[in-house]
Amino acid sequence: MSITDKENEIIEEFAIYDDWMEKYEYIIELGKDLPIIDEAKKTDDKIIKGCQSQVWLNAEKVDGKIKYSADADAIIAKGIISLLIQVLSNETADDILEAQLDFIKEIGLQEHLSPTRSNGLVAMVKQMKIEALALKNK
Amino acid sequence: MTFDVETIREQFPILKQMIGKYPLVYLDNGATTQKPKAVIDSITDYYTSQNANIHRGVHTLSQNATTAYENAREAIQKHINAKKSYECIFTKGTTDSINLVASSLGKLIKKGDEIIISALEHHSNIVPWQFLVEEKGAVLKVIPMNHAGELDLDVYQNLLSDKTKIVSVTHVSNALGTVNPIKQMIKKAHEFGAYFLVDAAQSLQHFTIDVQDFDCDFMAFSAHKIFGPTGVGVLFGKEDILNELPPYQGGGDMIKTVTFEKTTYNELPHKFEAGTPNIVGGIAFGKAIQWLSKLNLDEVKKYENYLLDYATNEIKTINGVVLYGTAKHKSGVLSFLIDGLHPYDIGTLLNQQGVAVRTGHHCTQPIMDFYNIPGTIRASFSLYNTKADVDAFINALKKAVNMLQ
Repeated sequence: MSITDKENEIIEEFAIYDDWMEKYEYIIELGKDLPIIDEAKKTDDKIIKGCQSQVWLNAEKVDGKIKYSADADAIIAKGIISLLIQVLSNETADDILEAQLDFIKEIGLQEHLSPTRSNGLVAMVKQMKIEALALKNK
Repeated sequence: MTFDVETIREQFPILKQMIGKYPLVYLDNGATTQKPKAVIDSITDYYTSQNANIHRGVHTLSQNATTAYENAREAIQKHINAKKSYECIFTKGTTDSINLVASSLGKLIKKGDEIIISALEHHSNIVPWQFLVEEKGAVLKVIPMNHAGELDLDVYQNLLSDKTKIVSVTHVSNALGTVNPIKQMIKKAHEFGAYFLVDAAQSLQHFTIDVQDFDCDFMAFSAHKIFGPTGVGVLFGKEDILNELPPYQGGGDMIKTVTFEKTTYNELPHKFEAGTPNIVGGIAFGKAIQWLSKLNLDEVKKYENYLLDYATNEIKTINGVVLYGTAKHKSGVLSFLIDGLHPYDIGTLLNQQGVAVRTGHHCTQPIMDFYNIPGTIRASFSLYNTKADVDAFINALKKAVNMLQ
């Protein structure tokens, strides 16, 4: 499945929710389900700067594809990074770097997130792309 | 006259706003208060009919603008009962006022001189003094607090000595709401010949302060936390002390004569007001103070205490709530956490329901370190908040907790 396909899947998923509560309940569930990063990898250098809660992100290259894992101390932040991982993990560095991630707007995440949180979202995407770039030619 | 919150609310246009499908419940008054229509109108009026640069023009507009700006200074002087209007220096805000004192007084500070602050200070009443520790070799001492968030006055007494040059303490803690016994603390500092600066950023929206009664040497406050605009504030200083201090920044308005060899400085308050100031901000600040002065402030205080008590009792009914700041004398602030839940999750879900609170360390990281927490959720109240606001907040909080658990 391409990044766009995965994005469309999420957009469809969110389309069935008509109020914010259902949306957030879903994000919270995702947060609870997020495969936890290896404790050993939760080091300070894995913390994404610019997030209002602590978010750890790890990236590895396996068979030419980038695999992400993450954790956060706030559950909504965890849910959001979980969505991003769903879309970007197991893709090539080139595809990740080119991804526009329009689904964020489509599912109304940006408008419903507080400005600090939305900055956190921007910081998460930025860090995921930086990691992809760093692993690109490895 | 009893306090009628509905007539007050009508004067604040922003409070009628909807956040999504929910009416705005604004409980972030510790960060900034909303502005009454009289203040908003004064800004439009100024740019519509008065705008000119002040203090130097011979033309009518400039003279009118100067009069309006100086009238604002007098309104502020009257409100805090300063002896002279020129004891009120316009600044950018509380932070700028404290930096002014730290910088100007700092030039007179010598190695080994001591500065006392407290465990309750906002970063802006910590960092400027740390500059003096680094640059001048001054020594910074901190009055500790107990678990309730009350300062230890016995330790304060012991920290004071002939080496103490200045004590700089907040009147009301922005993070915990503690009201410090500032008048008593000022008296003690004066016994050792030390100056006392009151950080009144959080207090003037809740209390009237008489600087002559307090006998403080300096008092720093911001307009935007007292129903005025952002970017403007005041440093009150006693006349004789301000005259002794060297100027803060150099530029226009603060000089008497300038040659390339030597500059002589202007008189108070201009000596400390370099450059074209925030003229409209000062005028609107004066308007805000006039607006506030017209209220029965004893009634306002009673009403705010009632709201805080009500909110404190209501929030205690929620399972897992831990309150931070349980001082005997508190004002305006309810800081808390809910066991096992992250403050940002709560803040986000409250915002979804139209409730504006603040989450995080509130620029008081040492307080958070004291409790060993990364931050709190802070609901802070003002005179236009209602019992219905508290109810909406508590209901939204219960919903958020349900969703997260």
